[in-house]
Amino acid sequence: MSSQSNVMPESSLRAKGIAAGATPAARLMYWSVRRELWENRTIYVAPVAIACVFLFGFSISILHLLVEMHAAPWLDPMQQRELFGQPYEFAEDLIMGTALLVGLFYSADALYGERRDRSILFWKSAPVSDLITVLSKAAIPMVILPLLAFAITVLTQWMMLMISSAVLLGSGQNVAILWSRVGIFHRWPMLLFHFLCIHGLWQSPIYAWLLLISVWARRVPILWATLPLLAIGIAEKVAFNTMYLGSLIGNRFTGGSEGTAIMEHGREMDPMMLFAPFHFFLNPGLWLGLAVTAAFLTAAIRLRRYRGPI
Amino acid sequence: MACIEARGLRKQFGSTIALDGIEMRVEEGRILGLIGPNGAGKTTALNAILGLLPYQGELQVLGRDPWTQRDQLMRDVSFIADIAVLPRWIKVWQLLDYVAGVHPRFDRAKAEGFLYKTAIGPTRRVHDLSKGMVAQLHLALVMAIDARLLVLDEPTLGLDILFRKQFYDSLLNDYFDRSRTIVVTTHQVEEIQHVITDLMFINRGRVVLSYSMEEVESHFLEVMVHPDKLDAARALKPIDERQVIGGSILMFNGVDRRQAATLGDARTPGIADLFVAVIANQDKQAQGAAR
Repeated sequence: MSSQSNVMPESSLRAKGIAAGATPAARLMYWSVRRELWENRTIYVAPVAIACVFLFGFSISILHLLVEMHAAPWLDPMQQRELFGQPYEFAEDLIMGTALLVGLFYSADALYGERRDRSILFWKSAPVSDLITVLSKAAIPMVILPLLAFAITVLTQWMMLMISSAVLLGSGQNVAILWSRVGIFHRWPMLLFHFLCIHGLWQSPIYAWLLLISVWARRVPILWATLPLLAIGIAEKVAFNTMYLGSLIGNRFTGGSEGTAIMEHGREMDPMMLFAPFHFFLNPGLWLGLAVTAAFLTAAIRLRRYRGPI
Repeated sequence: MACIEARGLRKQFGSTIALDGIEMRVEEGRILGLIGPNGAGKTTALNAILGLLPYQGELQVLGRDPWTQRDQLMRDVSFIADIAVLPRWIKVWQLLDYVAGVHPRFDRAKAEGFLYKTAIGPTRRVHDLSKGMVAQLHLALVMAIDARLLVLDEPTLGLDILFRKQFYDSLLNDYFDRSRTIVVTTHQVEEIQHVITDLMFINRGRVVLSYSMEEVESHFLEVMVHPDKLDAARALKPIDERQVIGGSILMFNGVDRRQAATLGDARTPGIADLFVAVIANQDKQAQGAAR
């Protein structure tokens, strides 16, 4: 009884304190993410720039399309799909690759840059916890970038289709084959899934590792994040002639067998394969990876508390 | 409730002892000047108070443990640590948006009001502002936060004398009221002489003097002694003696004012002179003990 009466006033005090002036966590998160986007404009500038360069190249390549369209009706559907679909797949890969690179460099600098330019003292003067700070920085490569990259991909593909349709119509050709064979519309849900799950969830241990190193390292975090792993990999290769570490990391980058399978199935355009994603969530590799991500992020949150300017 | 309460506060970096059992109690509504030579532990003490450093010993700031509750504490505490730490890439409007977004006690209109009086436009980037303007900007932000404790660590370092004067003027006129507490460290001791209500010297990680300004006035006395009264004056055990044109100035601790007046012109010493006397004295004693 006595212990209970001791606890009561404290908890009611705490409740009062929160009512008196805490900013909701969602609001703190929103502003923390926004501030990341202000600081790191590469997050959206780079994929947009790549998409623009690609669209420019694509517009020129349309001239080939005009020639190939004459032959199109005599190709079998599979070849038609290849002919029309390829540039669209290339656009996807290009934007995915850009998003991956941007995410890697962002994560390696996220918790290091603020210490190097001393602004960590300013950020720590705001009533924002290390938990929110680290999570907001993790959200950039794990949620924001995949969504952004998806949106940019969809927009790019849509513009590609518009450009080619306009050119074909302008030269008096039929666009029906193009629209029926290009097959991007039902790929979009698959693509969204791919961005969110493969780039967001499956690759998350990579970003979490980089974030951890960026809060720990006193200099060149990108080297600290890579060279020791490389050294271990080489030692493993020399000592046991195996490459477990290498394939483990490679597997995270490529999205594992499940990830590649999803993309391949998507390309075959079998509507039944839309259900393949459920296999993804049954893969223990996914959950193992997420557990590793959680461990790395927890360590990063704890470490940031001790961190000041360098 | 005391605003800051520290008992036996210790901090060690490797083999260097930065804080060696600091005892301090700062009541609400005071302006404390924390003065010490380089490496005395001022910044370490402030960082502990702000939850930026782990420490040993007891420390409560506004009833909270700063190390484990920094984010909650920062709702009631503002600080300007060292010189400009504002991110260089940020634009003024982004800074206002961000602070308004995350800080429950930030009054955006007030900050804009302060900035309106300066040459700092909302689209300027911190990177492109002069040092003085960055300090003005940071001060405008901090003054618009209805905090209970404001900590300033060398807030005017590298600023010219006009900015420094303006800085303390606006702090006193536009910000300070009896419900707030301010802790300030600076090497420009003279400028805060008339700003602070309490004075604390720290040296080698310890508090060597802690008085309110009224106590400083009643304890310490500086006398311009005529050469023929020097022996009589020295018999009163001055804590410091320095030569100036036309005589010597001796500083006393706890000597009767009327008695001192018979020796020459008596007045309350400036903080800078008091600091030199107390710290030099202590260092001399420490050296003596070492021998």
